[in-house]
Amino acid sequence: MKNMWFSLIFLGLLFSFLNGKPEIVMNVLFYDLEKSIQLILSLIPVMAFWTGLMNIVEKTNILDRFSSLLRPLVRFLFSDLQNDVKAVNAILITLAANMFGIGNSATAFGIRAMQEMQRSNANKKTANNAMCMFLIINVSSIQLISINVIKLRADSGSLAPTEIILPTLIATTFSTLVAIIFAKYYERKSQ
Amino acid sequence: MNVSDIILPLLIAAILFYGIGKRVDVYSAFVEGAIEGAKSAVKIFPYILAIVFAINLFIQSGAEDFLVSILQPITSVIGFPTELLSLSIVKPLSGSGSMGVFQSILENFGADSYIGRSASVLMGSSETIFYTTAVYFGAVGISNYRYTIKVGLISHIASIIAALVICNFMF
Repeated sequence: MKNMWFSLIFLGLLFSFLNGKPEIVMNVLFYDLEKSIQLILSLIPVMAFWTGLMNIVEKTNILDRFSSLLRPLVRFLFSDLQNDVKAVNAILITLAANMFGIGNSATAFGIRAMQEMQRSNANKKTANNAMCMFLIINVSSIQLISINVIKLRADSGSLAPTEIILPTLIATTFSTLVAIIFAKYYERKSQ
Repeated sequence: MNVSDIILPLLIAAILFYGIGKRVDVYSAFVEGAIEGAKSAVKIFPYILAIVFAINLFIQSGAEDFLVSILQPITSVIGFPTELLSLSIVKPLSGSGSMGVFQSILENFGADSYIGRSASVLMGSSETIFYTTAVYFGAVGISNYRYTIKVGLISHIASIIAALVICNFMF
């Protein structure tokens, strides 16, 4: 990440000069960084709301029953977690929130799940296998229907804005499976 | 109205009623949880700031256009549609950026063209890798991500290939 971050900035600075537009740096500093505070201001209430509701759910223990149903799958994907019920619950909720895209709740649940996994992580600075798997599944996109894409298609005058739902499902299932296979491969390789 | 509009009120009602039924002090539990959520939201701000700065600078300075122009000869040899190159590069970096690129693809080629459909599928089948990874790991103070980004990019490439192949067969 360190190298990636540095390279993006280095290339950005270099090209802003090569293209004769050094004022770009100033623009990014003022306009785009302001967007990041807007982003966080919109995240604070949403995250607080969902972790608040989540806390109610946790106090009822209903999730423990639900997650025991999915235990075989969880044991395969997140073998480090063993019987850490709280972490497994948080992971399952994040994945469900992602699939259905419920009220921008995914980030709140995702961070919650990371905190649960961090409790049993041996090296607090290094991601364990379960964390890597969790992130990899998340970034491979498991959303069932992308409302935004359908809306933009409809707005641009598509005759069948929803016809991409099935192809998207197939593509995202494929890419998630590829992601899991490679995650497992690197997991074994690093042992 | 979409699915999540219906799920949301039902979900909130179900959680509150179930909580009350189980004799949970729902108000205290909500506030207690919300404090934790608000704290982590504030804690991820520097990570968001860092990633937004780097990515916006990269895209707006023209560095991204340059990357597209050097990759173009390579991708055209293997028959990859160059119209999708920019989207393929921006998508793992920035959600709002890729929405912009996607919109211009729809305007230029039409949503019902091969390019338009492949772009739509690609939009729905991959995620902003760097942002999500930085925020999730940042929130718990992890600095060594191991193979996460590498596998995220492999999965992104898989979704590009899947989008092209599937749109070719299905339409």
